[in-house]
Amino acid sequence: MHHEISGLSNDCPTVKNILLLDSEGKRVAVRYYSDDWPTNAAKLAYEKSVFTKTQKTNARAEAEIIILENRIVVYRFVQDLHFFVTGEDDENELMLATVLQGFFDGVTLVLRNNVDLREALENLDLILLCFDEIVDRGIVLETDGSIIAGKVASHSIDDNSPLSEQTISQALAAAREHLTRSLLR
Amino acid sequence: MAQPLVKKDDDRDDEVDYSPFLGIEKGAVLQEARVFNDPQLDTRRCSQVITKLLYLLNQGETLTKVEATEVFFAVTKLFQSKDIGLRRMVYLMIKELSPSADEVIIVTSSLMKDMNSRTDMYRANAIRVLCRITDGTLLTQIERYLKQAIVDKSPVVASAALVSGIHLLQTNPEIVKRWSNEVQEAVQSRAALVQFHALALLHQIRQNDRLAVNKLVTSLTKGSIRSPLAQCLLIRYTSQVIRESGVNPQTGDRPFYDYLEGCLRHKAEMVIYEAAKAITELSNVTARELTPAITVLQLFLSSSKPVLRFAAVRTLNKVAMTHPMAVTNCNIDMESLISDQNRSIATLAITTLLKTGNESSVDRLMKQITNFMSDIADEFKIVVVEAIRSLCLKFPLKYRSLMNFLSNILREEGGFEYKKAIVDSIVILIRDIPDAKESGLLHLCEFIEDCEFTYLSTQILHFLGNEGPKTSDPSKYIRYIYNRVILENATVRASAVSTLAKFGALVDPLKPRIFVLLRRCLFDNDDEVRDRATLYLNTLGDGSVTETDKAVKEFLFGSLDIPLTNLETSLKNYLRDPAEEPFDLYSVPKEVKSQSFAEKKAPSKKPTGLSAQPAAPTSAPDAYERLLSSIPEFASFGKLFKSSAPVELTEAETEYAVNVVKHIFDRHVVFQYNCTNTIPEQCLENVTVIVDASEAEEFAEVGTKPLKSLPYDTPAQTFVAFEKPEGVPAVGKFSNVLRFTVKEVDPSTGEAEDDGVEDEYQLEDFEVVAADYILKLGVSNFKNAWENMDPASERVDEYGLGPRESLAEAVNAVIILLGMHPCEGTEVVPSNSRSHTCLLSGVYIGNVKVLVRLSFGIDGTKEVAMKLAVRSEDESVSEAIHEIVASG
Repeated sequence: MHHEISGLSNDCPTVKNILLLDSEGKRVAVRYYSDDWPTNAAKLAYEKSVFTKTQKTNARAEAEIIILENRIVVYRFVQDLHFFVTGEDDENELMLATVLQGFFDGVTLVLRNNVDLREALENLDLILLCFDEIVDRGIVLETDGSIIAGKVASHSIDDNSPLSEQTISQALAAAREHLTRSLLR
Repeated sequence: MAQPLVKKDDDRDDEVDYSPFLGIEKGAVLQEARVFNDPQLDTRRCSQVITKLLYLLNQGETLTKVEATEVFFAVTKLFQSKDIGLRRMVYLMIKELSPSADEVIIVTSSLMKDMNSRTDMYRANAIRVLCRITDGTLLTQIERYLKQAIVDKSPVVASAALVSGIHLLQTNPEIVKRWSNEVQEAVQSRAALVQFHALALLHQIRQNDRLAVNKLVTSLTKGSIRSPLAQCLLIRYTSQVIRESGVNPQTGDRPFYDYLEGCLRHKAEMVIYEAAKAITELSNVTARELTPAITVLQLFLSSSKPVLRFAAVRTLNKVAMTHPMAVTNCNIDMESLISDQNRSIATLAITTLLKTGNESSVDRLMKQITNFMSDIADEFKIVVVEAIRSLCLKFPLKYRSLMNFLSNILREEGGFEYKKAIVDSIVILIRDIPDAKESGLLHLCEFIEDCEFTYLSTQILHFLGNEGPKTSDPSKYIRYIYNRVILENATVRASAVSTLAKFGALVDPLKPRIFVLLRRCLFDNDDEVRDRATLYLNTLGDGSVTETDKAVKEFLFGSLDIPLTNLETSLKNYLRDPAEEPFDLYSVPKEVKSQSFAEKKAPSKKPTGLSAQPAAPTSAPDAYERLLSSIPEFASFGKLFKSSAPVELTEAETEYAVNVVKHIFDRHVVFQYNCTNTIPEQCLENVTVIVDASEAEEFAEVGTKPLKSLPYDTPAQTFVAFEKPEGVPAVGKFSNVLRFTVKEVDPSTGEAEDDGVEDEYQLEDFEVVAADYILKLGVSNFKNAWENMDPASERVDEYGLGPRESLAEAVNAVIILLGMHPCEGTEVVPSNSRSHTCLLSGVYIGNVKVLVRLSFGIDGTKEVAMKLAVRSEDESVSEAIHEIVASG
């Protein structure tokens, strides 16, 4: 798997990885932005450790947090999907939580509120685009879930029609509607 | 499902139904990728194939170079499709493949076309892809577009260009720096993320220009930043400026503190927290500055969001290490966090409370923690145990409840590391709090009755052997020890035998009973156990109830004064090449090079409890010994006692670099001059050092070993040997001149001319000092070693050291003067202490062990006084140590 490493100065908040695992700890989609895990085996070991250490906690209503191997991991579970964002030990925990929230909302919206493993795998292209719109080589690109989903949703617009401002806002409205319904439920 | 190749788990049937990637296989997908070449593109199918490829790569599958190239070329064909969804997948795929430079050219024009598209998403993504895969040459071509993009009205496009700029700054700084004006404009953007990216880039462009950063911070802290992320950045930059500018000496005000404090009232929690954290991390932060930050963190403690509680308690925990008083206000909120669902939060809360708690709250706290301990993981428990240990050392009067707590958790389930942390803590409490000794030992005894860890059992038995006989009723421990002989494995049984022997040696009334027990051990089925029993029965004087003599006590309790790793190396060497004569223990080098001892009083370092052993020494003494014994002139000098650290005799970066190592023998010293010639055009020959020993009266030169040739940059040695009175720590000053024949060298051929010129080069003086005659050598238990040394050998005197910079400086000066090994971390002086005791051990020339107790005190005028107590195996050596100090 290709690395996305950047040599940034320490001041800039950075994300070390974003993971989406299933309820057995297996990869659905992952992105690493740090050379802390040089091989696929190292990445798998990290995912296993993150999964087992958090498995028994209740991260369904609220994002949870843990220190693991001197890094901060914020995470949230829904159905059979486990969302994780890892950052530096001294990173602003709330910044990481904001990235997690954007990730979580974005995925929720592109999956039209059916957030489970099956939907995620069936719409893996959308999930991968979500990853791409959240963080660029470690730098936070966007944290607002509806904007992330809006960028990804342009995907489903019909062929050959250049995307206008209006279609984006339509997509956004649809996305927001989904979010609202999920909150009312 | 017709997927015979896939292993099917019974309990995974559900998944089999829904994973679209089941049975997916690289070869087949690469075949499928041929659809990219179809003249009539099926966009949906193409998207699916790319998704499959990305899935495989994401699962850790790799493509060979050839496969990657093929996929890349096929994917570039897809640019002809106008389908936006497919185009997005193409972008992802190109980034994933990270094409080589000649491949990049293929897609450059397509991407540049997209960069100029009317569609924002095309522009933004094309910029990100192109900047990701491009090298510097292409960058100048697209620079114009990127500058435009930075100020594009679409935030997506501007952010894409700015983030790409941040990455490109690492590789092409000179180009990115030309974008300053545009970036500065983008900092004023109304879009939150654009502002954030622009500020990050602007700061990175200017980060090496302190003045520019200062200006940036000054103007932005006046308030034009809206984005919370950008605000967090600004707080970080501001902290940096504060660090570099310091406190205003007139007003005592810190520049920009008001800005940080203002951020505590920001509406975004992320910003509030960043500011609070920044304030707590200010250097020499005052209580007044801390207060507002602590107040907001305290509010966060009762938040419903775990992340917020965690962030707050973690920050307060750090503050408690340096400013415990500032955190005490939060204690009530902190106590309610002990039952937090998130165990990280609970543990941080407890350890904070343990740091800030006062004596009266200890009992209540212990009760709360006891409930908590049962449901946390071992790693957290260890943190708690360590915090309790320091609390107990802080409030020794509370040892009873703390010791009870430790013994209770010792009885519960737990892994090795956890149990070891508890045992280590009990041992340290026993050592430091005399009242805790008897109860502590009994707790340990009960623990070994049911201990599954051989290592811990043997360590406790060893400790019990040293401490148990000195208690009021030693007999009560015998039962626990002998139970080990009956119940445990061979390693523990052997240890128990040694422990019994120690009781027998020190407690005469117990002797007959011990003998009975030891005799029973003669029938053990393990060799080591029987051997030990036999050995002890003989050394203790089988049967007769007489006082154990000193030599036996020394044998049983004395620490082996040889580092074990040195002994191991020597034994291995001996076995590799066995000689006629038996192995000589005195042939083992004693020098301990690295000094990492248990530092139980040093606050920053973890106490090591039972396993306080010196770290492995380096083999420098070995190397010197080999070198010297290979020189026939010095072979008759006998065994090398000590080699000093190299002393530089030249300034750095001079023509010739020379340092000296002083090798001390019983009747000789050998100076080893390590020379390096740093001039490529020269070769030195017949290199010697002419030593003037007129200020070293007791030394007489007996030989030199010149250095034949010293070519450029190849270090080599010349030696000078002196005779000195036997066993006497003669001191003196030596001045040195390097004498040699210099020959010109042709650097191109490396050949030297035939004729040379004699020349001299003045070197610095050096001295042989008393410390050269003392070996650094640690003891494992200073108190025991001191008590076992004859009190009659003790010499005590007091010295005034005059005004010193600090207590630590005075302590350090005396340690260097004596050249002895600081024990138990006592070389570390806690800041602000008015007095300090330092323990030193070493071996004086003639193999005489010396122990030193130094008690220092400092008064208001920084006048330092010192009491020096020395014990040694030879009272004249005790006096010699005093002479060193008196003349130093």
